[in-house]
Amino acid sequence: MAETLPRRALVAAGLAAAMAPLPRESGATPAEARDLLQRLAPGAAREGRVALRIEAIVDNGAQVPLVVSVESPMTEADHVRALHVVADGNPAPGVASFAFTPRAGRCEVSMRLRLARSQRVVALAEMSDGSLWTASREVTVTVGGCSA
Amino acid sequence: MSADLAPRVRLPASARRGEVVEVRVLVQHPMESGQRRDEAGRLVPRRILNALVVRYLGREVMRMRLEPAIAANPLLGFFLRAEETGMVELEWTDDDGTIHRSSHRLNVAG
Repeated sequence: MAETLPRRALVAAGLAAAMAPLPRESGATPAEARDLLQRLAPGAAREGRVALRIEAIVDNGAQVPLVVSVESPMTEADHVRALHVVADGNPAPGVASFAFTPRAGRCEVSMRLRLARSQRVVALAEMSDGSLWTASREVTVTVGGCSA
Repeated sequence: MSADLAPRVRLPASARRGEVVEVRVLVQHPMESGQRRDEAGRLVPRRILNALVVRYLGREVMRMRLEPAIAANPLLGFFLRAEETGMVELEWTDDDGTIHRSSHRLNVAG
């Protein structure tokens, strides 16, 4: 069937395929993202104390601004020890992990992500008392950023 | 050997002692994800900056592990508590083994 198509149509079809959202199966799954977080910070996390700032709809998945902040006084006695960010629809779920000392003064980090397709971005904070806190945001991506 | 990261670091011109200030860092790096294909359809091997350590006055403030989901030419922001005038040091580790270090002066008054 394909060989009957003119070359130009094939190239156009290939380009269209490259631009279209990739099928979910070729990326990480929400279960893989959860498993990764369990390995990084085992235990049950509660919703709260973590805030994710990211656009709900992004045109360009190659450069998606993200700000993650965690409510914490960042003192010796009470601070954020680690912060993990995962995305459950990229080829691999890991995005970044941070380890903080109280010298940070404030637990807030910003970065730019690649998002291959529409998916959920999850952040998990591990406090100095061992408690785990999480938040997540669903992001709709019009053009994936995996090949960028 | 990888090219220079040409780090651009934005710190406040001056901070008060105890003030929590934002540090913004922009570096030049392709952050090859290992997922991209070249014109011939071959996968371009992964090569990213995989770690950053931030020290201030010689003591660690924060460290970060980066994955291929961090976009090309990483732009990062984080905070630190100003204590006294001194250097903020950044140490990046590249997948190719190169360690990139740079130092940036933070002026603290009072």
